[in-house]
Amino acid sequence: MSTRLATGGRLTDRTKQMKFRFNGQQMRGVEGDTLASALLANGQLMMGRSFKYHRPRGPVASGSEEPNALVNLGQGARFEPNQRATTTELFDGLVAASQNHWPSLQFDVGAINTHLSRFLPAGFYYKMFIHPRPLWKHVYEPFIRRSAGLGAAPDAETVDADTYEHFYTFTDVLVLGGGVAGLQAALTAARSGAQVLLLEQNAHWGGRTPVDGGEIDGKPAEQWIKDTVQALEAMGNVTLRSRTMGAGVYDHGYVLGYERLTDHAPETPGPRHRLWRIRAQQIVTATGAIERPLSFAGNDVPGVLLASAIRDYVVNYGVSIGDRTVVVTNNDDAYRTAICLHGHGLNVPVIIDARMQGGGALMAQAEALGIRVLKGKAIAKVKGTRKVTAVEICDQAGEGAVLETIPCDAVAMSGGWSPVVHLWSHCGGKLSWDEGNAFFRPDLSRAPTSHDGAPFVIPAGSANGYIQLKDTLADATTAGSSAATAAGHQPKVGTLPQVAPREEAAMLPVWLMPQGANVKLRSKAWLDFQNDVKVSDIQLAAQEGYESVEHAKRYTTLGMATDQGKLSNINGLATLSAALGEAIPSVGTTTFRPPYTPISMGSIAGQARGDIFQPVRETPLHGWHEAHGVHWEPVGQWRRPYSFVQQDETVEQSVNREVKAARDSLGLLDASTLGKIVVKGPDAGKFLDMLYTNMMSTLPVGKCRYGLMCNENGFLMDDGVVARMSDDTWLCHTTTGGAERIHAHMEEWLQTEWWDWQVYCANVTEQYAQIAVVGPNARKLLEKLGGMDVSRETLPFMQWAAGTLGGFPVRIFRISFSGELSYEIAVPASQGLALWERLHAEGAEWNATPYGTEALHILRAEKGFIMIGDETDGTVIPQDLGLGWAISKKKADYIGKRAQARSHMTDPTRWQLVGLETVDGSVLPDGALAVASGTNANGQRHTQGRVTSTYHSPTLNRGIAMGLVLNGPDRMGEVLEFTKLDGTTIPTKIVNAVFLDPEGEKQNV
Amino acid sequence: MSEPVSALNAAAFDGLAHVQEAGLHGMITLRGDHADADFAQAVADVAGVAMPDQREVVSGGDTSLIWMSPDELLLLCPYAEAGETVTKLTEALGDTHALAVDVSDARVVFTLTGTHIRDVIAKLAPVDMSPAAFRPGMVRRTRFAQVAAAVWLRDDETAQIICFRSVAPYMFALLCNAATPGTEVGIF
Repeated sequence: MSTRLATGGRLTDRTKQMKFRFNGQQMRGVEGDTLASALLANGQLMMGRSFKYHRPRGPVASGSEEPNALVNLGQGARFEPNQRATTTELFDGLVAASQNHWPSLQFDVGAINTHLSRFLPAGFYYKMFIHPRPLWKHVYEPFIRRSAGLGAAPDAETVDADTYEHFYTFTDVLVLGGGVAGLQAALTAARSGAQVLLLEQNAHWGGRTPVDGGEIDGKPAEQWIKDTVQALEAMGNVTLRSRTMGAGVYDHGYVLGYERLTDHAPETPGPRHRLWRIRAQQIVTATGAIERPLSFAGNDVPGVLLASAIRDYVVNYGVSIGDRTVVVTNNDDAYRTAICLHGHGLNVPVIIDARMQGGGALMAQAEALGIRVLKGKAIAKVKGTRKVTAVEICDQAGEGAVLETIPCDAVAMSGGWSPVVHLWSHCGGKLSWDEGNAFFRPDLSRAPTSHDGAPFVIPAGSANGYIQLKDTLADATTAGSSAATAAGHQPKVGTLPQVAPREEAAMLPVWLMPQGANVKLRSKAWLDFQNDVKVSDIQLAAQEGYESVEHAKRYTTLGMATDQGKLSNINGLATLSAALGEAIPSVGTTTFRPPYTPISMGSIAGQARGDIFQPVRETPLHGWHEAHGVHWEPVGQWRRPYSFVQQDETVEQSVNREVKAARDSLGLLDASTLGKIVVKGPDAGKFLDMLYTNMMSTLPVGKCRYGLMCNENGFLMDDGVVARMSDDTWLCHTTTGGAERIHAHMEEWLQTEWWDWQVYCANVTEQYAQIAVVGPNARKLLEKLGGMDVSRETLPFMQWAAGTLGGFPVRIFRISFSGELSYEIAVPASQGLALWERLHAEGAEWNATPYGTEALHILRAEKGFIMIGDETDGTVIPQDLGLGWAISKKKADYIGKRAQARSHMTDPTRWQLVGLETVDGSVLPDGALAVASGTNANGQRHTQGRVTSTYHSPTLNRGIAMGLVLNGPDRMGEVLEFTKLDGTTIPTKIVNAVFLDPEGEKQNV
Repeated sequence: MSEPVSALNAAAFDGLAHVQEAGLHGMITLRGDHADADFAQAVADVAGVAMPDQREVVSGGDTSLIWMSPDELLLLCPYAEAGETVTKLTEALGDTHALAVDVSDARVVFTLTGTHIRDVIAKLAPVDMSPAAFRPGMVRRTRFAQVAAAVWLRDDETAQIICFRSVAPYMFALLCNAATPGTEVGIF
């Protein structure tokens, strides 16, 4: 049973006790514990269940590579699933629960799967759920969805109690990893004067060196680490951040850093996580190495841990996994665990070394302590289900015949070390296979390169394959120096930290234990502990033709768990290469993708939540609208009034009231969102003639013209009224959603194609509040305000004038999108609200009625005016909409002209715009299709038209619609059948799209 | 003539920094080739200050010329003088190909003051805010979270942020949020 030792725990403070709950049970830990060490101290070795077979799982590691010890952490507004107990710092009041079991961790019904495992082989889902096809949707998929995921999904309605933020920073040298290599690299780079940012994922500096021991510069490693951190902190050009992980390396030296500020102290004010968005000239990846498991039967039983992890728990937290620990290894490093355990008074019955010759100095040391060492031996099988009870020993060279059974309650395994090459690889760094150490290491000749083709990532220390302390520090010095040089600084020549060399015997690659293990043993030898992928599964995948490592991964789910294969990857691909009879490097690795470990969704969102989730654009009249019953409609990022709903009114009723007010008396519309772009210069006329389909250069000063804008493919992209302001200046109105897009479109053509044309444009959309004064009494209101002659004679339809209206400096555009007498008044935004309120006050005698976008839509639809986004959808050309009159026949060219001459653009069977009226006067459903006879190859009805706009017209008191219909304009009066949502159809007559005042008499008064 | 009202009517917030909507400013967008001597002369004559270098601001009295791009400047002046200044500029520019347009009402100005203004800005804008890289008299055209903005450092503890008027409430909320007390990053 795991327990707290009487002494020890360099990271813990036993005087500070903490209470926490696990699965509802009260437990105690101490300050400095991780959740995993605290659980172990309470004898809680089993922490979860595996994904597929629901096998009992205890921790196998002590850090971020942990695949098993995942918990549901926190409650309510701070609940988060799949949190690694090994990296969760304990705090007083922590609440955690184990995952993936029902009804309890001890007794789990799903564990039946482990007995069915021979029926659940690799690719089970693919094989099982493919036939019969119809069952997929209704049976298999719901079943699989229910069993998907380990932890519980957070409640959809609960709002995260914490805040998050982003932070942008720039540095010369970024060092990722604060172990001895990172510290030494940072120090070397900093001494050159370069700006250095050093990030460490854990709360402590020095990585695992304090656990592994050794002396640097004649002092204990821990003291050297302390001194070095102090030296770095004293340097003005160095920033150190612990609890901050380098999550991903991206193009051109962009790096995401994930800072966990309050995870260890949740009640602390301030953001919980901060996402650092870093631009670094050079990146040093000092990310260390991860120990590999060994593949033997029962290596997943709780109590079987990495040798380094068992050492970590003892040294860092004063926690033992068991009283009797069998060590099994293929290298010298695991002897440190045996020596460490022995030193803490714990029993090591045997060290099983797969190597025939055994190890070097460390083995001698262990033997001198009286620890029994077996050479050339292996574990045939671990006995026990929820905890280790014994190991069966066999020859590594054999097939698993048991020579001896040794009772024990823990197994420390070491299959060698793999450099953490993830961050090196994220942006394209390549790897080479190191035969002697049996690991992939960065290939420095194939580094990730930046814009200039030069490398921008430099691996350091054990992350670069230099596992021995002396080599680690020497390599880190080189890396720090290279990074400073590449960032434009002159490194100082310093002395290397002095480390006594240690003799270690060569490791022996062991990918299966014993090497000839029979199928029964192989199918209990785990590679991926979380996803339950075993040696036998990879072999089956290879046998079934999944030769690519990427295919084998997806077929078996190897490395697809939350740990992303940190422990399983190398063992899995070595198994695959053996099954394929190929060399490991020719099989290769799967792709390393960011983030290194999962980062919170909150950190990605940063401050973008609640009120500032997205910008909302407000017109100068926004506050007035809010105070007057507005029903908002989002239009792009703008909020526009859909309607102003009065008490005892439905939205539909208010829309009808607004339409009638504009038709019968006086309506006021906030049109401020319309795009307004000034275009000026000697070539401005020529430029606008190219942008619009009609002529703008010939427009006289003081006049307005409606124009259409197409893209290069001829499709209609925007429309609006253009006003000529002076000889060389035009003001182009765009749609609300088009302002920025059209401005960018103009700049693009000016900057890339017509850079020699003398034209400047400026987006002045927000300079003005624009108010449409609409209806038969519009002129009377303006005359009442006074100051400008707005008569038919002086300011006729499609002209504009500047002046002072009622004391306001304005431009008045005599344009109409409603078919009524209409003036659009532009006033400086800062005076917009005052003018709006004045118009309401003075217009009260004509019942001045504010109207919203829905009334605007109905007003324009009654007149057959098109709306960009309704009648157009990116596939419609002006010719489809009966807008041929707005296309100049005189001009040699305009954007879209050639495209509109293509055969399918001139095809007479293109659907054309018409008006539509249901025979019974009802309103057509939006997007309804006109059915035609027969069906297509998919058995779907043929169609011959579709609805683009449809409304109830309060003016005509019936449904009106516009639509695109095959040969529509030639079929006036014909009745077609349009689809309804209930599957029936509705007889609808083709009519003129102008439903009201076809002569335009109302707007022309 | 009514009394013009700025977007947020001088809203303010105290936190990591003091956030203040700075009221109405005269702002004129000037498009023209900075390298064109006639353009530069006309602008300098009317503005009364020299042409700024790339990403810099030149101020004199209550007028500032802000570099916006190789062919764009922003002239800051008292709000009441903007209209007249546009007229003067247009006259002074004569036949020189250029555009001067009043955008005083299209934009909003925020002032950020205090010792932690760099923290607040660096949480929102992808710009190097280190004192070595961003010095008083410099301007950056960038984005603050999801909206376009220009930020200008008047002195070590005063920054001015200019953005579109329509997003003034968003910008104000962003700045206040980034200036939440106790959230200093501690890097500058």
